[in-house]
Amino acid sequence: MAEIDTNQSGDTRRDFLKKSTLITALSLTPLTVLKAADNKVDEQFAELFEKIPLNLKVNNKPFSLKVEPRVTLLDLLREQLRLTGTKKGCDHGQCGACTVHVDGVRVNSCLSLAVMNEGKSITTIEGLANGDVLHPMQAAFIKHDGFQCGYCTPGQIMSAVACIREGHANSKEEIREYMSGNICRCGAYPNIIDAIQEVKEKGAAI
Amino acid sequence: MINFQYLRTTVVKTALGLVSKDPKATFIAGGTNLVDLMKRGVTAPEKLIDINHLPLKQIELKNNILHIGALVSNSALAENAIVAAKFPLLMLALQSGASAQLRNVATVGGNMMQRTRCGYFYDTTMPCNKREPGTGCGAIGGYNRMHAIFGTSASCIAVHPSDMCVGLAALDAQVVIAGTKGERKINFVDFHRLAGTTPEKDNNLQKGELIVRLEIPVNNLNKHIHYLKVRDRSSYAFALVSVAAALEIKDGSITNVRLAMGGVAHKPWRLTTAEAFLKGKTATPANFEEAAKLAMKDAKGFGENDFKLKLAPNSIIEALTIAKSKA
Repeated sequence: MAEIDTNQSGDTRRDFLKKSTLITALSLTPLTVLKAADNKVDEQFAELFEKIPLNLKVNNKPFSLKVEPRVTLLDLLREQLRLTGTKKGCDHGQCGACTVHVDGVRVNSCLSLAVMNEGKSITTIEGLANGDVLHPMQAAFIKHDGFQCGYCTPGQIMSAVACIREGHANSKEEIREYMSGNICRCGAYPNIIDAIQEVKEKGAAI
Repeated sequence: MINFQYLRTTVVKTALGLVSKDPKATFIAGGTNLVDLMKRGVTAPEKLIDINHLPLKQIELKNNILHIGALVSNSALAENAIVAAKFPLLMLALQSGASAQLRNVATVGGNMMQRTRCGYFYDTTMPCNKREPGTGCGAIGGYNRMHAIFGTSASCIAVHPSDMCVGLAALDAQVVIAGTKGERKINFVDFHRLAGTTPEKDNNLQKGELIVRLEIPVNNLNKHIHYLKVRDRSSYAFALVSVAAALEIKDGSITNVRLAMGGVAHKPWRLTTAEAFLKGKTATPANFEEAAKLAMKDAKGFGENDFKLKLAPNSIIEALTIAKSKA
């Protein structure tokens, strides 16, 4: 199982205990000295108690992590796991750039607290291709020019795959409606719809 | 986002105990609205109780009443075969709300609990009686294009943003609420409140209470139904005005009718006067127009949203006309 040490300073429990002894010592010193010295120690103290264990799979790889409750799934993926394929657009659930699959279901990872994904299996854009072989949806986006700047593309592709799996890609109209949670500022919509329709019509399991 | 404590439980009683005892604790289900509000600093709970693992995800038909667990996702409800067959109005309302991604996560209970999308409520530098009682209402005399025309007060003209709730108001749903002392049941139309002098209260849920399920009695309103949503873009936008319309027509005359509107009030707005007028009448354009006129009787614009005074009756007529035409 992959272990990721989220404690950036690399402190061990023993270090912490040493520091808590330090806090006790400092509490007996004048306030000004204490103020200057203990800010950092305080942070360490808080960190140890506020981080929550989180076990989840990302692109089929198991992770055992520790995260603050306020960390979103999006920030966990990008900042801690360095999976930067998933994009932060609006960070408020309005643009769809952060779309990933959680247990096969498409969600906005920016509005999901990471700790609420305990035991879940996450698929990001990095998990779609089979080695060097592109996923059919990725290939179709390239073929149909389904993007210009590319920033919304990972979210579009994750959403598009789910759209077909959900059975909501039966016409251009239906695709438009069920892809409306993914905004493309470059306006590549017609080509995105063509790409989705082609993958759907080829009928391959995706 | 300000950090908070996070706890989860699989037991309803435990969840109720945790929130009822702690004034700074709140439930989190899908979190699609709450996390956004926390990011913007509109709300800052010190403790979140994750209720996603409570056993409240069933959809069952029992004695001609549909029971919907509060944790059923909006998409699961919209895709449910019983809902499609017996409550197509609810299905249409659900499908017109939010995006596919949000509907996958947002729950039925959470949809009811979502806060208004009034810009003044979201902007913590602005006055808002709902966010911070006593600071005033920025929308009155301000940007109020999206705001209410019915049941407004001098302290708040925000609207409830849900589509699902408009459908449920029309369908005579009931809400089952659990508290530490047991369960109680209230009519869906009495769940949400008008702003009055306490706009900080969106609904009649007491601190520590939890919505556990909805109950909808089966009806014959599954044919002549329509949910019309008028908005700035054709999908994934909040309603300027929406109308849930359901008719039962026998030999040309209306034997049963339900009408409710969204985007026009602090709560889903049931049009009881218009319903009473239409019952027993023939389903004609003239009667639809008269019903719309009656529905608009106490409507009031606030400047930028004056267009709703025309859009709303037109939408009522349109929704009824489409509902009637459905075979």
